[in-house]
Amino acid sequence: MPKTLAEKVYEAHVVRSTPGEPDLLYIDLHLVHEVTSPQAFDGLRAAGRTVRRPDLTMATEDHNVPTLDILKPIADPVSRAQVDALRANAAEFGIRLAPMGDRDQGIVHVIGPQLGLTQPGMTIVCGDSHTSTHGAFGALAFGIGTSEVEHVLATQTLPQYRPKQMSVTVDGELAPGVSAKDIILAVIAQIGTNGAAGHVIEYRGSAIEALSMEARMTICNMSIEAGAKAGLIAPDQKTFDFLHGRPHAPQGADWDAAVEYWSTLRTDEGAVFDSEVVLDASTLTPFVTWGTNPGQGLPLSERVPDPATIADEGERRAAEQALAYMGLAPGTPLAEIEVDTVFLGSCTNGRIEDLRVAADLLRGKRVDPNTRMLVVPGSVGVKMQAEAEGLDKVFVEAGAEWRGAGCSMCLGMNPDQLKPGERSASTSNRNFQGRQGKGGRTHLVSPSVAAATAITGRLTAPAALIGA
Amino acid sequence: MDAFISHTGTVAPLRRSAVDTDQIIPAEYLKRITRTGFEDGLFVAWRTNEPDFVLNKPEYADASILVAGPDFGTGSSREHAVWALLDGGFRVVISSRFADIFKNNSTKAGLLTVVLPQTEVEALWAAAEADPTTQVTVDLQSKEISYGDGAGGQTTVPFDADDYTRWRLLEGLDDVGLTERHLDDIRSFESGRPAWLPKALPALPAR
Repeated sequence: MPKTLAEKVYEAHVVRSTPGEPDLLYIDLHLVHEVTSPQAFDGLRAAGRTVRRPDLTMATEDHNVPTLDILKPIADPVSRAQVDALRANAAEFGIRLAPMGDRDQGIVHVIGPQLGLTQPGMTIVCGDSHTSTHGAFGALAFGIGTSEVEHVLATQTLPQYRPKQMSVTVDGELAPGVSAKDIILAVIAQIGTNGAAGHVIEYRGSAIEALSMEARMTICNMSIEAGAKAGLIAPDQKTFDFLHGRPHAPQGADWDAAVEYWSTLRTDEGAVFDSEVVLDASTLTPFVTWGTNPGQGLPLSERVPDPATIADEGERRAAEQALAYMGLAPGTPLAEIEVDTVFLGSCTNGRIEDLRVAADLLRGKRVDPNTRMLVVPGSVGVKMQAEAEGLDKVFVEAGAEWRGAGCSMCLGMNPDQLKPGERSASTSNRNFQGRQGKGGRTHLVSPSVAAATAITGRLTAPAALIGA
Repeated sequence: MDAFISHTGTVAPLRRSAVDTDQIIPAEYLKRITRTGFEDGLFVAWRTNEPDFVLNKPEYADASILVAGPDFGTGSSREHAVWALLDGGFRVVISSRFADIFKNNSTKAGLLTVVLPQTEVEALWAAAEADPTTQVTVDLQSKEISYGDGAGGQTTVPFDADDYTRWRLLEGLDDVGLTERHLDDIRSFESGRPAWLPKALPALPAR
């Protein structure tokens, strides 16, 4: 029977399958960070259990880490205690940790691919919903809660039910200045913030194949914002080229064996998806969110919607609540919305390619004097690469702040936060109320829209700057 | 975890859709390393900024069944959202659709999530708004929700629960213990894994 890519990866990891029970799925890689793991390690200790496969487990510090003064102790005592707990747990249970200051440190979803630990056909989990990022390599990767973190630490498996299959096919060519972020924001706006619940999404089509690995990670990263369990893309030559030579990628004969297997990881002709979504990339323009969930988005050329025109009562009320929180009037052109802060970073758009795109727009320009721009590389590795390319100088000369690596203002668990009422254009993944700081207002954008917005101080498409 | 068999309590009608995990408990509360004591973070922004928020009303302060609009629990994987609801006195959340990770987390911590059609959600909202003292029983044994209609009659609504999850909740069983019964299967699977699969240890330098 023809199978989808996700079904192939799932079936290759079933340890045990019995009618009436969930399947037991083997986990190839467990990524750990400081926020969702302390209670799991406590659970192991309380039950006298060990970590079954420390060699398939990798920890880093990302959510709480400050992006300034990173070589000093963390000033916030609660954040510091959480990071210290991870260090103690990693030492006690024999897990590799990339702590602050380490060259492998960074956002957990940036360092996995960077180290070559993320490979096609693997099952990857982490106590973090954006684990779907790793699906860009054709891995089945999904976020789990702390009880499941404990379960994976103890057994290297998870009880799972077979997910449904959704295809999102994107054909056609993207216009200049339109990116992967715009594709995924348009997809989420189309299917809704939980429209893919219970499904794994496979992104396919010529527009997806044309994307770089970084851009594919941006797409898969936000699968969870459509409610999907995971999102993935079939591996191809770009995937292999990205991995080749990375520290944990296979070598020599192992490389050949791996590539032979990876090349089989494609959805079979005739495989059936439970639901299908189709998008034409050539019609897309830069996208931006206007509301308080990632499904509330529109092309930047449009206006803030009028809730009165929404037929569904629940959606109308949600739109009214969103606009009240966002401080926006219906009918306002999105391109007239002024922002206080631009945040470039996160597991969605904190990779080298994202920084290059933004730097290209900012080179020789100035950040608007009323706007603050924060540039936060996704990892120390990305930071070092950017500095080797001189991107840090471009940002600093334009008046942006060049920071250390971490999750930063994506969720404001460190000091990088919006103040109440402040408005941001952010390359991160969630525009939930208060996400970037209490009372903060978030518009999700691509890196190029972020850079263009930083220059003008209002939501701006990069095309608007050409010739300006 | 605590077993869940049947629960009777009053309803807090939360007329909002797509209630995300950052609203249930904001990230700043996630810095703690304990598993309990998260009630102060539960819906804290709405409790602080919106006097009319349902949990600010004295008549709903003791509710133990939260009935919310569609797509409850979207966003983050934080199990703290489930812990905060439990710490805040809730044993059941009812919605027409949940986010997957939230729903999954709730089954691990003993919070019952019940999916009902939106029309039944509306009926529960109406009942709890007409009379906040309405006693609602959620019975996992019989897979039924029942409550008085205010006129002496009784409304009974069936709900689905998969047999395995239901059994685990009824018994209060911990998944790790159940999986450890299958260690031989895990060992056997591990012996067949290709040797080229990556290992995080030891740390390797860039080549």
